[in-house]
Formats: sequence, structure tokens, C-alpha cells
Amino acid sequence: MSELAAHGVSVAYGRQRVLDQLSLHIGAGETVGLRGASGGGKSTLVRVLALVQAADAGHVSLDGVRITGARHHVPAAARTRIGVLFQSPRGATDPRLRLDDIVAEPLRATGYPDAAVRERVSELADLVGLTPDLLIRRPHAISDGQLQRACLARALAHRPGYLLCDEATAMLDASTQAHVARVLTDYQLESGAGILVVSHDQPLLTRWADRVIDLQPQTHEHRHAATSV
Amino acid sequence: MTTPRLSVDGLTVRFRLRTAVVHAVTDLSLTVQPGELLAVVGESGCGKSVLAHTLLGLLPRNATVSGRAVLDEDTSLLTGRLTGVRGRRVGLVPQSPATALNPVRTGRRLLEETLRAHGRPRTDADRVAADVGFDPIDLDRYPHELSGGMAQRLCTALALAPEPPLLIADEPTTGLDRPLVDHTLDLLRRRCDAGNTVILITHDLTAAQRVADRVAVMYASRIVEDQPTNALFATPAHPYTAGLLDALPDRGFRAVPGHPPMLTALPAGCAFAPRCTRANDACATMPNLSGPARCHHPLIEQEVAA
Ligand SMILES: Nc1ncnc2c1ncn2[C@@H]1O[C@H](COP(=O)(O)OP(=O)(O)OP(=O)(O)O)[C@@H](O)[C@H]1O
Ligand code: SF4
Ligand SMILES: [Mg+2]
Repeated sequence: MSELAAHGVSVAYGRQRVLDQLSLHIGAGETVGLRGASGGGKSTLVRVLALVQAADAGHVSLDGVRITGARHHVPAAARTRIGVLFQSPRGATDPRLRLDDIVAEPLRATGYPDAAVRERVSELADLVGLTPDLLIRRPHAISDGQLQRACLARALAHRPGYLLCDEATAMLDASTQAHVARVLTDYQLESGAGILVVSHDQPLLTRWADRVIDLQPQTHEHRHAATSV
Repeated sequence: MTTPRLSVDGLTVRFRLRTAVVHAVTDLSLTVQPGELLAVVGESGCGKSVLAHTLLGLLPRNATVSGRAVLDEDTSLLTGRLTGVRGRRVGLVPQSPATALNPVRTGRRLLEETLRAHGRPRTDADRVAADVGFDPIDLDRYPHELSGGMAQRLCTALALAPEPPLLIADEPTTGLDRPLVDHTLDLLRRRCDAGNTVILITHDLTAAQRVADRVAVMYASRIVEDQPTNALFATPAHPYTAGLLDALPDRGFRAVPGHPPMLTALPAGCAFAPRCTRANDACATMPNLSGPARCHHPLIEQEVAA
């Protein structure tokens, strides 16, 4: 079964429950929108699906295989199947690295030869609209939206089967946003990837996602309900 | 005539890098009145945040600045010492809230310190937080325990605590759900209605349309259009503005074709020319911002500037 799925996932921080027995799936070739109140657990869910945070209960499955544990305990092959764009690009990049090295991180990690890395990096940069002058700079010398696009290039570098985008276009102007949506849709058509788009932007979700899931805010009385609309 | 809250004249910012010079802001002039809410929009990387940082004296050492920026007649922002000005008279909501907050202080500590530094009682903390839609219960958390949207609102509360007459808010609504976006925008609008001034840098054109009196559009380090909000949305004058509006998901959802220009190698003429369907030989020289748009062939008749 080609899907990335959460099964009855619960996460609490201290006494606060952010996810309560939540289930959802992202099928291959499908774009799923996810929206919900600020602070409602969307980013937590993305981290759990990306296998970087363990759930307190429930589990994640990748193409039908149950994944146990998170972080270092996840098989490398599973991790490279999933690309993630975290909400804050400044928090997700090493300030000491040049942009081209940031984009190249996943390639180097999987042992790509140097010449191929350079070629792939410039191809990816071009795709997300980063001009060559930017690639030799470090994060402090570029704009937030430029860094966000570098993170997108990095997430696409190893051609993930699933791409999780946490507010991935939230820092981009309308034109760059439309460009990124197009790039991701093209990538999906060619690769069959499943994409999760976390966003508060209803017109964007309407235009981009195949279906939209609403993450209801967590209250004491109510169970998490992931309703498709 | 009233004294403008802020008047910027010929502002130019360059960054020196080892092998290149970045033209981040070029010959930028604008005036904002007390009570006015100006939105600044434009392509990612066009110079919006650098403009904000310049007005707060927050540029890194490799930057050179020329031009003038005067706050309330008597304060020269670019040459004067900013002690007592930054925070108190000009506030900033930074674009990346998560990294702007001191990680070893709780929200309450941060807010109380800011209030005290500006002569307000610490006990105002709960109210200032609640005003921006930040639940005071969450003030006792550390920055890493906040979601992106919560950190965002905490930064807005910190910038508003000194009640600065000029607030520059750099993407203050990213990561917020729609009710909170509207709450934040209405708060900014109310500040202006009470005689303060807000410069709202935003990618969210719907937000600009909702609360701004005027919208300035930047492209490749320059202002290319400056119009009252309704006029800008109804009849954009600059081809880039028209392209930007057409990219909205509830309009064409089409990106402006082509790539953004390199700010290290800008042409002498109009920087939009390689992407513009109206470009001709005249565009090889830099157009002036004489009417609403900096363009040789604007989409609407240029009126003679008042
Ligand atoms: N310290 C620096 N040194 C060199 N170049 C810089 C520096 N800071 C910013 N820049 C460049 O200046 C230009 C303007 O950056 P700025 O952050 O103002 O863009 P922005 O309009 O705010 O973009 P975004 O919408 O992506 O936030 C960008 O092209 C950026 O690469
Ligand atoms: S000046 Fe020429 S190239 Fe530039 S926007 Fe106007 S018509 Fe297009
Ligand atoms: Mg910016």
C-alpha cells in the first residue's frame, strides 16, 4: 500500500494533549491539505509523520510498513523516503553553511559523488528561483523567503516519495507561492509523490489540494476529529 | 499641512560581499502620516525586510546606507543615535519570531522586562498579551515551547508594549489561522485610528486589502508603485503589480513568468524588463516614479503627481 499514514497518534506536552488518537493518510500521487487553529498540533503531526518525533501512543506506517521509534532509530531508507519543510527556515538551517551546502546536505549524506552534487544543486536552485549569486551566501545574508526556498530545494534533493510542507509557502509572495505550487505539482506528476500541505490559506488549499483535513482544536470533552471537507 | 510621521528620501542600502555588492534598497522615498497604515508588498528578496531593519538601525556591518529618514520631524533615524528611539518610538515585529526571542526567558519575563524598560507596570503583561490574542496562561512558557503562531503573537506583544507611534510589522500574520490574522490586523488598524502609524510588510495581499490605506509595491530594491489600496487592487498601474495580483490563488494562480533579478547585477534600466510583456527600447532607461507607477508604459493613464 503506497501511503504515509498516522494511526491513532497521540502526543502530549506535559499535561497538555495536542494530538489525541489522530489518524490520517497521504496516498502516493495525492495532495492533502491540512488546516487547523494556531497551536493546534499541526507542526507536531508533521514531525511525527516525518519520523523525527515519537508519538506517545499510536504509530506511523510507510508504504504499509509499521515504523517504530523516531529519530536515530528509524531505518535510513525510511527517512530518505520522506522530505520535510519545517515552518521556520531560520530554525531549520545551519547558519555556518553556505546555501549550496545546505541544499546539498541530503545528497552528501547519501554518498552522491561531488560533481553530481554540484549539478543537482544548481538544477534545484533554478527550480525554486534562487539565483546563483545567492548560493554562495550564508543564511544571514539572504531573505527569509529565499531561505525558505533553499529548504524546499533541500527537501526535494533526494527525490522523496512523500513531502511534508509545514507552512512552506507562508513567507512567500503570491507569485513565488504560485511558482512553488507549480514546481511541486510537476514533481508530483513526474514522481508520483504524496504531498501534505499545511496552511491557513483557504484559497490556496482550495486551489492546490485534492482534499483538505481539518484538525479540530483539542478540548477536554472532544476527541480529535480529522474531518475531510 | 500636518507633519508626516515618517519621511524617507532617497534611501539606498548596499551590502558589500567578498565578490559582489548587493543592491538591497535603491533610491527609496516614501512618506507616512500619523493615523496611516501603509502596506509594503513585493517579491521575496526584493528588500522589504532590509528597509525595516534600516529604519531601526539593525543592519549588519557590511551595509552602507545613504539618504534620509526623518521620524516626527526631529529625529533623524539614519544619522542620529537610536538610544531611546528604537522600541520606544519605532517598534519592530520581526519576520522570524522563533529566532528573535531570547530562548532562556519565559514570555512573561520578556514582556515584563520590556514593560518596565518603558515605564509601564509589569502587571500590564497579561493585558498586552491578551490584546494580541496570546493567552496569558501561556506566558509562562519558554520560546521553544511555543508554536510558530504563538511566537509570532508574543513578538507582536513585545513590539506593542512600549506603544510606539511608528510600528513596522514584518509579516506579523504568518503562521496564524484566519481568525487570528483578522484579530491582529484589526489591532493594527485600531492603533492607526488612534493616531499611530503602522507599516505592514506582508505577502498577504488580502490582509493589505483589508486594513491598509495605501500600498507600496517593491520590485528589485525599488518602489515601483504606490497607490491608495482600492485603486491598487482595482487598477494596478505597474505590470509587476498586475502580475502579482494575477498570481493570487483566487485569481489566476499563475506566477509572474521568469526569474527574479540578481540584486548583485541589476540593469541600468527597468529591472522588470526581462519579464515584462510591455517592454520596449524605452525600458532600457530607468523610469521615474512620477505617477502611481515607475514604468514607461503603465497599465493606466499616469496622472501628474500632486
Ligand atoms: N546581510 C546581507 N548581506 C548581503 N545581502 C543581504 C543581506 N541581507 C539581505 N540581503 C539581500 O538583500 C535582499 C533583500 O533582502 P530582504 O530580506 O529585505 O528581502 P525581503 O523583501 O524581506 O524578502 P522576503 O519576502 O523573502 O522576506 C535579498 O536579495 C537578500 O539576499
Ligand atoms: S518600464 Fe518597461 S519593462 Fe519596466 S515595467 Fe514598464 S513597460 Fe515593463
Ligand atoms: Mg523579509
